[in-house]
Amino acid sequence: MLSNERVRGIIYQLLLLAAVVGVGWYLISNTLHNLATRQIHVGFDFLGREAGFEIAESQIAYSAADTYARAFAVGLANTLYVAALGILLATVIGTLVGIARLSSNWLLSRLASAYVETMRNIPLLLQLFVWYGIFTELMPPVRQAIAFGDAVFITQRGLYYPWPQPHVAWQAAGWALPVGIALAGLWRRYARGLQARTGRQLPTALPAALLVFGLPLAAWAALGAPTALSLPELRGFNFRGGRALSPEFLALLLGLSTYTAAFIAEIVRAGILAIDRGQSEAALSLGLSRSQELRLVTLPQALRVIIPPMTSQYLNLTKNSSLAVAIGYPDLVAVANTTMNQTGQAIEAIAILMAIYLAISLLISLFMNWYNHRVRLVER
Amino acid sequence: MSAPDELPPARPPDERRGPFAWLRTNLFATPLDSALTLLLLAFLAWIVPKASGWLFIDAVWGPQPLAACDAVRGQGACWAVVWEKFRFMMFGVYPYEEQWRPAIAIVVLTGLLVVSGFRMFWNAWLAVIWTAGIVVTFWLMGGGLGLAPVRTEQWGGLPVTLILSIFGIAFAFPLGVLLALGRRSKLPLIRAFCVVYIEVIRGVPLITVLFMASVMFALFMPEGMRIEQLLRAQIAIILFVAAYLAEAVRGGLQAVSKGQYEAAEAIGFSYWQSMGLIVLPQALRISIPPIVNSFISMFKDTSLVVIIGIYDFAYAVKKSVETDFSWKKYFIEAFLFSIVIYWIYCFAMSKYSQKLERDLAHDHPR
Amino acid sequence: MTTHAEVQAPSTGAPPAVLIEKLDKWYGAFHVLKQIDLSVASGERIVICGPSGSGKSTLIRCINRLETHQDGRIVVNGTELADDLKQIERIRSEVGIVFQHFNLFPHLTVLDNCTLAPIWVRRKPRAEAEAAAMQLLERVKIADQAAKYPGQLSGGQQQRVAIARALCMTPSIMLFDEPTSALDPEMVKEVLDTMIMLAGEGMTMLCVTHEMGFAKAVADRVIFMDRGEIVEQNAPEAFFGNPQNERTRQFLSQVLHR
Repeated sequence: MLSNERVRGIIYQLLLLAAVVGVGWYLISNTLHNLATRQIHVGFDFLGREAGFEIAESQIAYSAADTYARAFAVGLANTLYVAALGILLATVIGTLVGIARLSSNWLLSRLASAYVETMRNIPLLLQLFVWYGIFTELMPPVRQAIAFGDAVFITQRGLYYPWPQPHVAWQAAGWALPVGIALAGLWRRYARGLQARTGRQLPTALPAALLVFGLPLAAWAALGAPTALSLPELRGFNFRGGRALSPEFLALLLGLSTYTAAFIAEIVRAGILAIDRGQSEAALSLGLSRSQELRLVTLPQALRVIIPPMTSQYLNLTKNSSLAVAIGYPDLVAVANTTMNQTGQAIEAIAILMAIYLAISLLISLFMNWYNHRVRLVER
Repeated sequence: MSAPDELPPARPPDERRGPFAWLRTNLFATPLDSALTLLLLAFLAWIVPKASGWLFIDAVWGPQPLAACDAVRGQGACWAVVWEKFRFMMFGVYPYEEQWRPAIAIVVLTGLLVVSGFRMFWNAWLAVIWTAGIVVTFWLMGGGLGLAPVRTEQWGGLPVTLILSIFGIAFAFPLGVLLALGRRSKLPLIRAFCVVYIEVIRGVPLITVLFMASVMFALFMPEGMRIEQLLRAQIAIILFVAAYLAEAVRGGLQAVSKGQYEAAEAIGFSYWQSMGLIVLPQALRISIPPIVNSFISMFKDTSLVVIIGIYDFAYAVKKSVETDFSWKKYFIEAFLFSIVIYWIYCFAMSKYSQKLERDLAHDHPR
Repeated sequence: MTTHAEVQAPSTGAPPAVLIEKLDKWYGAFHVLKQIDLSVASGERIVICGPSGSGKSTLIRCINRLETHQDGRIVVNGTELADDLKQIERIRSEVGIVFQHFNLFPHLTVLDNCTLAPIWVRRKPRAEAEAAAMQLLERVKIADQAAKYPGQLSGGQQQRVAIARALCMTPSIMLFDEPTSALDPEMVKEVLDTMIMLAGEGMTMLCVTHEMGFAKAVADRVIFMDRGEIVEQNAPEAFFGNPQNERTRQFLSQVLHR
């Protein structure tokens, strides 16, 4: 009977189940015992208690009197904020570097290669330390700030920049932006439809730019064109007014972006190289212009190859943002760390951490599966 | 051999030959290209003299006193800080007289990596060599059998980085293979367990796994049993890397053609026989490039153990300048030194990995 | 027949479709095309054969500027090929090419492959472009696959689609770069039949191929190239029946023994 494959299969699974349950029961009972000895209470109700610690910077309103749950929310917002900007910056830098590596200009391609080979082979943590060191030690003290006009100041406490005074015109401009984007999309649809019907090609790039930039501009102008800015001014020991980017944020953003950009550059390069030269030859032979060929033939195919590993890098960047705790940026992990130290609720805090990161990973995986399915090349 | 009426090949017009031709095609092909080249040359002309001035020419080398460095502050780099803090950066708080032991350990571990690169060792000998290397390293670092014992709390610096990554991959490897096999298993419970493990670990940052190990080990173990911090980090790294290795091996298993599985079954091999003798050797060969890449990533990621207070190389370097007020301002030179060391290891491994991929593709063209 | 003297365009005094004068091309220091002189009349069908490395593919790729030449001139339909981008694009829309490896666009359907250039270059409305494309797909007997993707078709089917795609731009000259060399033997015939049908309709064709049967059936002139130069050219009966040059004889004896 033991040689029967099905029976053996069941036995293996039962063994695994027994092992997992056994080990789990052992660990859990130890844990409960230890927790009891140290009089640590298990449960998530600590989230409702007052946090009692300040958080250096936050995208949403927060004070020490808010709950731990709110503190976690702040950490999450900070993580998402730096990750989103990092992804944007990394994509731009990485694409440029990747294209540069393919350039026929020898100097440009060698410099781009040097960038990739350097950034990829140094631990991110060290790069963050260096960036942080630059922004704190190498920047001048507040009294001797590097100034750009009277508006932008760089000091070892951060970068200060002007921000418009609140005014309904700016709010209107803000609302006009998505409207402009939507209208640009509609125009594009109309132009495509016209082309299909009559063959005429209407410009799409210029009108889109006009709508996306022009509409907010028009809204701002129509409501009074206010130019009043809140300027950072040196008062006492620090700057007041305007807005600030902390050295922690700058170091984390630049470190994450430049590091991930090196990997993205390789992905972009591989994607473009993956497209057979014959494709562009065929397109150009039909009389298509270079830009038409890129847009209609090369890019659609290259994107299929580029986007899956690219989303993987986006996920890596988001996970790597957890290194913020090493340089003092209050991201999710940092907040969780402080909470753990204060309340002793380590298990719950770590569980929350892992759950949130898992959720982000899952979302990105789902997106990638959906995208892959949608654009898969149909074959026999 | 040319035919009697064949035209002899003529030389191409002068613009196509020689160094000028090369400059023209590669740097000055179009007006835009030329403008770009000039811009880049201008940038290099500005930055290279400044950088080499600070890095090399005006820098202070060798075991110089602090005053020498202060004298050139801002003009030249203070590499003397490396000489000054060398032992601490390399070995952490390891007892001073015994520091020859971690030095040898560094050589042994690096040698292990180099030896593993040669294909002639890719057989059962590799396991023997690695086991020997690991045992010797343990003995050198920890003591016993004639050497003075040194507690793991005192281990630090480059040996710790190498130990964490090499031991990490050594122990993660069998676990990763098992997970990869389990993920492809037809038994639902086993597959579910493996899938959940792999996806959960790959979905969270290494920091959370380190936290988990650091914090929860104390709670998991019965009272009185203490697990050293270094061991906790090591276990965390092993569990973490195993998930990534599992995915790399899974790719290899998928690439092995179905015919191989079927042939093994037809011979009458059991599951473990067919895996061990037929499928895995092929799958692992295919997976070697992603496995090497996982190792490179892990080597870089060991720097994260600073979060839980372990003195790896990066932390040792950081601490070496942080705690000494007079040398503190030369932290950049110290970081650059550690960066160069990491870069050498990682660059060598990644170049090796690329070469390996080319060689393997060459051997087994599809 | 002659080796390096200019060949007069046959019969009519109409300007040649393709005129190549003293063409020289180098790849780096390698002289790949040596002093090529060739004149192709409108409606003429030329087959170019020769050993690999002789430069035959390079020569026809120069005609639509997929390769650039360093010396000499190429005149296509009265326009000289130079660096002017707009002119090059215009010439390319008058010259169709079929590649050895088809080079169909895998992310577009067969129909979209064919209508891409007419819509974006000739600015035709979609309905008109699709109607014209369907007509051509029917001529190459593949209209029933119009909604499929290239990945779903066999090699012979893909090559016929490639021919239809090139024809959709109503070229006056068709170039074929070893169109059947990448096909399994049983699919070669369907492509050759399509090319014979095309020849029968009066299309100016320059064809690089090893298919001597096709040359005998269709060609007005067969050209033998070796090591970058035109060694011999003649009408097919004379070319195959009475090769003048020793190199031609050698090549033919190797090829026709297959």
